[in-house]
Amino acid sequence: MAEVLVYVDHVDGAVRKPTLELLTLARRIGEPVAVALGNGAADTAAALAEHGAVKVLTHDASEYAEYLVVPKVDALQAAYDAVSPAAVLVPSSAEGKEIAARLALRIGSGIITDAVDLEAGDEGPVATQSVFAASFTTKSRVIKGTPVITVKPNSAAVEAAPAAGAVETLAVTFSDQATGTKVTARTPRESTGRPELTEAAIVVSGGRGVNGAENFSIIEALADSLGAAVGASRAAVDAGWYPHTNQVGQTGKSVSPQLYIANGISGAIQHRAGMQTSKTIVAVNKDAEAPIFELVDYGVVGDLFDVVPQLTEEIKARKG
Amino acid sequence: MSLRIVVTVKYVPDATGDRHFADDLTVDRDDVDGLLSELDEYAVEQALQISENSDDDVEVTVLTVGPEDAKDALRKALSMGADKAIHVEDDDLHGTDAIGTSLVLAKAIEKAGFDLVVSGMASTDGTGGIVPALVAERLGVPQVTLLSQVSVGDGVVKGRRDGDAASEQLEASLPAVVSVTDQSGEARYPSFKGIMAAKKKPVESWDLSDLDIEAEEVGLEGAFTKVEVANERPARTAGTIVKDEGEGGKQLAEFLASQKFI
Repeated sequence: MAEVLVYVDHVDGAVRKPTLELLTLARRIGEPVAVALGNGAADTAAALAEHGAVKVLTHDASEYAEYLVVPKVDALQAAYDAVSPAAVLVPSSAEGKEIAARLALRIGSGIITDAVDLEAGDEGPVATQSVFAASFTTKSRVIKGTPVITVKPNSAAVEAAPAAGAVETLAVTFSDQATGTKVTARTPRESTGRPELTEAAIVVSGGRGVNGAENFSIIEALADSLGAAVGASRAAVDAGWYPHTNQVGQTGKSVSPQLYIANGISGAIQHRAGMQTSKTIVAVNKDAEAPIFELVDYGVVGDLFDVVPQLTEEIKARKG
Repeated sequence: MSLRIVVTVKYVPDATGDRHFADDLTVDRDDVDGLLSELDEYAVEQALQISENSDDDVEVTVLTVGPEDAKDALRKALSMGADKAIHVEDDDLHGTDAIGTSLVLAKAIEKAGFDLVVSGMASTDGTGGIVPALVAERLGVPQVTLLSQVSVGDGVVKGRRDGDAASEQLEASLPAVVSVTDQSGEARYPSFKGIMAAKKKPVESWDLSDLDIEAEEVGLEGAFTKVEVANERPARTAGTIVKDEGEGGKQLAEFLASQKFI
């Protein structure tokens, strides 16, 4: 069976959920061979084997942390040369897309970014994408070279499928470009204790209607009652009420959770671009004419300062 | 010293218009108004700020690849303050994908001459965000991408990249390719004077032969990917909408429970 290279996104050996989703998708088109780089790379093997990796290629070097992107491209290319896979899958993070793109160029292949689904086809893998603010769904194929495809988080349910997960050390020679961009300092993001926005199953967002940074505690309380991530519209971020890293929309993050709750968000096209593929959409807004109500499965026309705290209390009561 | 900055910009269909696909499954550009991609305005702004903050003699050239109408995007950038523009236009470019676009841009940037390339983080139509990395790979120069803050001095570009897990300070020697996010600083509005001045600024037009690119390397023929199906997403079935009369939160909780979210 054809091998499929899967690039592993991990933090010091802890594999992030989008990679496990990727392994599930990879099994539809072949046998996953995982590539884990940097600090803790070898520690990823157990989780990757549990989710179907027949082999785990690892490599650690200080270059991965000290320089931007290119050392990882060099390593993925070394893995590609060693395996000759039928496809290469990479999580659709900002860095993942850059790594995938440079690899595709080097190996003379096409690239598809931000796939939301993947299936085997007669002429190679077929990727589904959601485009134009999710108003269209396309199916595309790479028609030259080995398909390189990046896949968005929440595109598949994680399924366990134990496999050998034999660990092998990858031999990597860094290119002249590898040390071109130095990382001179790194400040880890402070953990909020909440799920990561793009990976969360439930996202609770606040917009202009929240009307102040201090009022975001109402949104956070609702999020915490559901174990959800907190998002914000561009208006709320531009007003300085919530960090840009939490912005949902065309210029922020694109999310596709099981449940999206929009509070005080009118639903401009730019926001819709980032959340329209959510499975269930709920909105609370004072303005009955707000375009967000065109998208919802359930909407409440009302003041979020009344509705949201009541909802939070009710959820807490029901969860006991 | 002089510093040559090339800003790559894209002319995109207006996101507030009714965007759709043409019969050949490329983006239909005839039925929707186009404009300078909003995210590229930030690139123009940062190039102008680098120019204004520099002791060197700086020239800001704005470059686009696109149909005749794409000149509108160049005019907007010129009216903001860019010095000159290059328009790569050729019928054979229709349907070019990201890999092909990066080829055309890289060849044009090399022909123009550059110390620094500044791009937006992504276009507002394709939203892939990979072209700056591809251009850097092709040019063989450092990529310093997705910056929320950027500065240039003494032949070095520095910037801050805010990722999911960490915020990083980056540094590279020129020449380099930079891309900037919408957090890099609000783009200026063209002044009346800027708009009038833009009309007199030079716009060069290049075609594929000027860049030594063969027709089959680009366009639909040269594409590495193929869109096989494009379907409009079915309109969502109308949801339930209730007016809060004191019980809105409880009603919403009931809905969430019925959907097994609680």
